[in-house]
Amino acid sequence: MLDDFLVRAIIAGIGIALVTGPLGCFVVWRRLSFFGDTLAHSALLGVLLSISLNINVSLTIFVVSSLVALILLRLEKSTNLAGDSLLGLISHSSLAIGLVILGFLSFIRFDVLGVLFGDILSVNTNDLLFIWIGGGLILAVLFYIWKPLFASTVNYELAEAEGMNPERVNAIFTILLAALIAISIKMIGVLLITGLLIIPTAMARNLSNNPKQMVVLSIIGGLLSVFIGLYASFEINTASGPSIVVVALILFILSLLRIGKKYYEK
Amino acid sequence: MNTSDTLVRLSKAGIYKDKKWLVRDVDLEINRGKIVTLIGPNGSGKTTTAKIALGLYKSISGNVERNTQNISYVPQKVSIDWTLPVRVIDFMVLTQNLKQDDISEALDLTGVKHLKRSNLRDLSGGEFQRVLLARAIAKKPDLLVLDEPVQGVDFTGEVALYSLIKEISEKLNCGILLISHDLHVVMSATDYVVCLNGHVCCCGTPKDVAQSKHYKELFGEKSAELLSIYEHNHDHVHSSDGNIIKEIK
Repeated sequence: MLDDFLVRAIIAGIGIALVTGPLGCFVVWRRLSFFGDTLAHSALLGVLLSISLNINVSLTIFVVSSLVALILLRLEKSTNLAGDSLLGLISHSSLAIGLVILGFLSFIRFDVLGVLFGDILSVNTNDLLFIWIGGGLILAVLFYIWKPLFASTVNYELAEAEGMNPERVNAIFTILLAALIAISIKMIGVLLITGLLIIPTAMARNLSNNPKQMVVLSIIGGLLSVFIGLYASFEINTASGPSIVVVALILFILSLLRIGKKYYEK
Repeated sequence: MNTSDTLVRLSKAGIYKDKKWLVRDVDLEINRGKIVTLIGPNGSGKTTTAKIALGLYKSISGNVERNTQNISYVPQKVSIDWTLPVRVIDFMVLTQNLKQDDISEALDLTGVKHLKRSNLRDLSGGEFQRVLLARAIAKKPDLLVLDEPVQGVDFTGEVALYSLIKEISEKLNCGILLISHDLHVVMSATDYVVCLNGHVCCCGTPKDVAQSKHYKELFGEKSAELLSIYEHNHDHVHSSDGNIIKEIK
């Protein structure tokens, strides 16, 4: 059964959507969408490094993205630049460096579009293993740091005063984000992974009134996007990443109807 | 659990930042069952001092000794981002695990039990303060740090909440560090007052401080007089929706 690329893609997609739901909520709550984008852009660098050095793609992306995340956290403390400028600097620099390196690698046949937008055909059984084991680990760690992470999201100083060590859990969270990017790039692509993180979560925000509900709904939104998106990708031959994100967008628009109704009822 | 009576002790504590002292040479001791109130004009370092006591700064001068981990904090300003859907009951268990009964009891004490399932964003300023206070006391802390806990609360509510704070310090035998602008109300519920203006101007019992020369210089003769006016007590307490919830003796 795993021979069928569509089945593999769906299993991979389920694994990814289960992780993007809860992580996406924190990305939205903490206003980190541009941060996520920056980590994702650095993944292109990771992909190219893995090709030139011939090491596992996911592992290389994870290392590169984690390094970028830690550099960002470090720079935020030691420069006078605002967070968004810093992110723009790192984000576009890493994208540019990646593309320049790509120029040197002309002897390798390399599918840039696949890295940028995802390619279900490229998901093999090995990747499935990475997605499910990696995803499981991400969720386990997230579950473990949930309380301090959530507390420091609501109010940093309150969490710190009451012994929740926000600095440590924040750093762990960025590593989790890097890990998610590492396992999902093949499927969704560098440019669109933040979309899968944020759009189902935004939909969930419109429909929920407490944090747990929002997490559950964004997982459901992610799963639906993956199912419908992959089906469409298969049927009408569109790239998998964009198809999934477009479905997520449609779900989001539908959720706006609900919020409009609520507003009217008030 | 530490049985030491002194929960926090600041000795010559201060913060030097961007070539100036935010606050310096603060000596302060918070003991079990006592309420210490910080007063002082804007920018005098009240919040900074509270944060030093909480250990929120990495590099300080002087020394801070903390003998408890069981701390509750009501910050001066908490803004809930609109992206975060948080109900009062979610907020109550933010840093602690509580039984439903304990949540209800704490919300009841601050008069906002009826808002248990409301979204934090739908609360008024005063209601939100009451929730903040409820969350802080629900955990039954050893040390409670309250940075202007009743801002935005109506006057009768203010008096009720201060007497609640007093009650809590006795019932839980916890130490309270209180920052407040409502001098006339808060003085009656305080064991020890520290008057700050970048450093400790004067300190002592409320009466001592009110009579001190420094205090009059900082706040004027009028406020010193005000302190002595507020000596009577109401014979009942209202909940936030106006019902009488308690008779006092």
